[in-house]
Amino acid sequence: MMKAVNQSIMKKDAMALVTGKPVYTDDIAPQGCLIVKALRSPHAHALIKKIDGSIAKKVPGIECVLTHADVPQSRFTIAGQTFPELSPYDRKILDERLRFVGDAVALVAGSDEKCVDKALKLIKVEYEVLEPLLDFRKAKDNAVVVHPEADWKELIDVGGDNKRNLIASNKINYGDVEAVLAKCDVVVSGSYHTKQYQQAMMETFRAYTYLDLHGRLVIVSSTQTPFHVRRIIATALEISKAKVRVIKPRIGGGFGAKQTAVMEMYPAIVTHLTGKPAKMVYSRYESQIASSPRHEAEVKATIGATRDGDIKVITVHSLWNAGAFGEHSPTTVTLSGHKSISLYGGFEAFRFTYEVVYTNTIAAGAYRGYGATQGIFAVESAVNELAAKLGQDPAKIRERNMVREGQLMPAYFNEHATSCTLDRCLARAKEMIGWDEKYPSRAMGNGKIRSVGLSLAMQSSGINNIDTGAVSIKVNDDGFYTMAIGATDMGTGCDTILAQIAAECLECSPDDIIVNGVDTDTSPYDCGSYASSTTYVTGMAVVKTCEALKKRILLEAAKSLHCDSADIVFDGKLLTCVKTEAQVSLKDVANGSMCGNNTTLFATESHCSPVSPPPFMAGIAEIEIDRETGQIELLQFVAVVDCGTVINPALAKVQVEGGLVQGIGMAMFEDVVLDERGKIANDSFMQYRLPTRLDTGKIRVEFASSYEPSGPFGAKSIGEIVINTPAPAIADAVYNATGVRLKELPITAEKIFRGLQALK
Amino acid sequence: MMIGFWLNGKKITDEIAADMSLLKYLRSKGCYSVKCGCETTNCGLCTVWLDEKPVLSCAVPALRIEGRKVVTLEGLQEEAKVFGRFMGEEGSDQCGFCNPGFVMNVLAMVRELKNPTEAEINAYLSGNLCRCTGYASHMRAIQNFLAAKQRGAV
Amino acid sequence: MYTINQYVKAVSLEEAYELNQKKANLIFGGTLWLRLGNRTINTAIDLSALGLDKIEEREDAFVIGCMTSLRELELCQGLEALTRGAIRESLQHIVGTQFRNCATVGGSIFGRFGFSDILTCLLVLDTTVDLYKGGRVPLAEFVKMPRDNDILTHIIIKKTKRQAVYQAFRTAATDFPVLTCAVSRGEDGIRTAIGARPNKAVLFCDEENYLQGEISPAKLEAYAAYIQEHTSFGTNMRGSAAYRKALAGILVKRALQAALREENDL
Repeated sequence: MMKAVNQSIMKKDAMALVTGKPVYTDDIAPQGCLIVKALRSPHAHALIKKIDGSIAKKVPGIECVLTHADVPQSRFTIAGQTFPELSPYDRKILDERLRFVGDAVALVAGSDEKCVDKALKLIKVEYEVLEPLLDFRKAKDNAVVVHPEADWKELIDVGGDNKRNLIASNKINYGDVEAVLAKCDVVVSGSYHTKQYQQAMMETFRAYTYLDLHGRLVIVSSTQTPFHVRRIIATALEISKAKVRVIKPRIGGGFGAKQTAVMEMYPAIVTHLTGKPAKMVYSRYESQIASSPRHEAEVKATIGATRDGDIKVITVHSLWNAGAFGEHSPTTVTLSGHKSISLYGGFEAFRFTYEVVYTNTIAAGAYRGYGATQGIFAVESAVNELAAKLGQDPAKIRERNMVREGQLMPAYFNEHATSCTLDRCLARAKEMIGWDEKYPSRAMGNGKIRSVGLSLAMQSSGINNIDTGAVSIKVNDDGFYTMAIGATDMGTGCDTILAQIAAECLECSPDDIIVNGVDTDTSPYDCGSYASSTTYVTGMAVVKTCEALKKRILLEAAKSLHCDSADIVFDGKLLTCVKTEAQVSLKDVANGSMCGNNTTLFATESHCSPVSPPPFMAGIAEIEIDRETGQIELLQFVAVVDCGTVINPALAKVQVEGGLVQGIGMAMFEDVVLDERGKIANDSFMQYRLPTRLDTGKIRVEFASSYEPSGPFGAKSIGEIVINTPAPAIADAVYNATGVRLKELPITAEKIFRGLQALK
Repeated sequence: MMIGFWLNGKKITDEIAADMSLLKYLRSKGCYSVKCGCETTNCGLCTVWLDEKPVLSCAVPALRIEGRKVVTLEGLQEEAKVFGRFMGEEGSDQCGFCNPGFVMNVLAMVRELKNPTEAEINAYLSGNLCRCTGYASHMRAIQNFLAAKQRGAV
Repeated sequence: MYTINQYVKAVSLEEAYELNQKKANLIFGGTLWLRLGNRTINTAIDLSALGLDKIEEREDAFVIGCMTSLRELELCQGLEALTRGAIRESLQHIVGTQFRNCATVGGSIFGRFGFSDILTCLLVLDTTVDLYKGGRVPLAEFVKMPRDNDILTHIIIKKTKRQAVYQAFRTAATDFPVLTCAVSRGEDGIRTAIGARPNKAVLFCDEENYLQGEISPAKLEAYAAYIQEHTSFGTNMRGSAAYRKALAGILVKRALQAALREENDL
């Protein structure tokens, strides 16, 4: 029985947060920061012919008005990913060409909001309005080119060609797809459309910047990737990276949104040019129209099977809408195939092809699931459709075909499923909801019909061979530890979880481990909290660092115990020489180490994993539909998750519950609608409907833990997978209730109503 | 305009601009617990009490508090710690950005409703959005808190 | 968000009315809708000091001051009993309790908003509004009047015996309604109001006498079809005109069935 790992410990910052302590970016920003706001393009595609900020500059309190002429001219990417980035270098801080409604035209910095708002209205802009490219299905080789510039570049060839509006493309083949399809008794094919869903974290994007006494640019930002922001801003400002320091305070949520440096460059350039502290806080409106949402996608999935239900071949083609800029576009698309097809084992062939295109719409970025979500909606819907076509229970089709522990996953980098309890996840989820009694549907006798629908899901644990996390731990007075991490807690509680892992290794209480915040000057390097890497990758760095630290503790104890460190055992509090039974306390060793010492009780280690063991889960929805109106009510959603060893059961449960409700939002309530000029209509929480606590139904979550040998204490990851099951599960529940198959989200009463009408 | 009012139990007289919102005013006075999450009165993050009733401070013109009592989480620290511990035990604090407005509304709810059902709790709190938790752990925290109150444990 | 030059807490209705005659000035209700726009206001006129935030129960009517919050209205036991919960039903799905503590019934009704649940519900009751200069006007008439610079001071609901039922169709629990429907049955017959079409509510008083005498399912169907044909519907993000039309037929039937059941309960 572990003492710290697999315990539901309160987050270290819980009491500060529930009592409203001022710990977020806008709470700690210094008084007197210049307030920075952006003038935004009303056109989806335009050139700035003339821009004149001279009248705006005259407004009392205005410090500067910046246009494209005032900024460095080299292009960069704002995608938070390991260098060299796979995203194209297609951004400028301010550009002459505007590529989506809301694109930044100019920046104004002034002493308060009122004068800045006034100045914004006084900037004179003459636009040459160009025809916008709004339909991603027509983007490739369109006459309208989003990025015609000669200095567009990709550091790594991902099959892009900006002249064709193409960012990335690829074809992956395994086996002989055509031959296997020809032999299949049943083939199901469908096209699935998802939109640019917003992470909609409660704290919008914000940062403040200032020059420190050495003239270095300090950026305090609500970011998931401080180290990437350092590099991105240095690149954008064309200054040395040594001149930039990034500090991350408490963050009010991220979900991937803040894995793109959406706006740090704006206050940064103001401070860089004026020498003065600057602050920018995005409104919710800006966070809805000029942020970093999920990629809109059209995913075509084809499944071929025998009449008994053995899946023999899967093909996935993803058409990916990057929007105006290519952050995370070449990367997210790859998950739509690798992390959907790999749910199944035993197929003889697969093909995964994709094209990623530019359009004059909001630039997409990283959002929990990172492309797997869109792919799983397609593949799981197709498998559900296969079940219906075969007249088989969708659960039975999964039982026949799902990937099993130990199996090779040819669509998942040829890794083996070293830890997988997906079969137990599905079996338990079925039990929890009463699948056998409820599938496919039951008429309730009052014009309503209840039904169930299921989906499997997977994700990954860090990006193998790339994601790197380092940790350092120091022993202090009396033997308390300080642990420095570069991983970014955005509310998930990773500070606490990593302390739990350390506490288990060092055999102490997690309260004895103080976790320091992230500062690029002093924290060990971490790629950041994304790709579900923190528990699995950084957690392993914690384990390694503890092992290294314990060695040094033993060496230090050996001095006072007068024996070989190989003969000393450490139980977290006492160091005992097994030969002489002499003992010294950690407290004494710690205090003694600060006097006349040439060695440090300090260790730092880094970890990168060659593998990325997927977490797995099964999710089942129960819904009720009003046959007259089409109204759909989600009664309950159950999920069983295999994330390996659960480090903190309470926090893990909340991750699942939160992810499920985000998935429910995407499935039923959230929508992105553009008008004919490319303006997003869902530009507020009034129009972009997040699930409220009245919309979720009963959510129930359990764990069926495997043990992953390459993870800390057997852990994998949980951060992203949790959003992937609701959309396909609810869609199939709708089919099971009504015979209406919906392939575009969101699933609404009107769509069900129309479907029912069409079936009459 | 110069007005007098009570803020967290203290009598204050201050000059306030005609179109300042209560939210902006409170943050300018150091009540940083009051958060802004939207511009359309949908999120509930800015919830404070005005004469004991939970209101959206983003939508209250600051001058409207003349002669009235305003309470923010800064003025309810002891109660926040008691209820907040139940949140912490469920892990439901998460990013914490929705916490102040949520806690304000929960503390208002327990004064207004006696023995609320789960449905009544959700209805009362429907104006408090949260993106991290999916709300289930909030409910567990509230029910544990209410049960502890029943027992006289808190 | 609006901008204001001056904020005045009116000491009398006369003062408020005089100030409100200037186009650049504005009466402040809850300001929840107002703050979504960018209006430049010279003088904001606050009615908070005029004791208009109360519900008074008289022998023959409820007199509701215009500054009464939606939440007060929702919790009023007298109105709960009079309307069999219809008023509460029309209010309790609006955003949240904090929102309803701020929103005023005067602001909601004066605005005559398309999405207004409460307007739809009050239309089928014996509701009149008191206008400072315009006097007492039936709500059914007020709904059709253009916005002017008068002040709505009170809403009066007579204590007539009517079985009222309120139903709205929403795609998310606290979202704007896709369609609203209120029905009431009294001695003088059946009233039906359809709102959020997306335009503001319209009232029918069974002008063609579909619902006389024994009301069979066939009569309900015919009446619902009549309402559908005589109401105009539009398309917006929340629904198409065709869907709203279909919903209207369904909601009218269901509301009437509920109202008829209620009468039998008595």
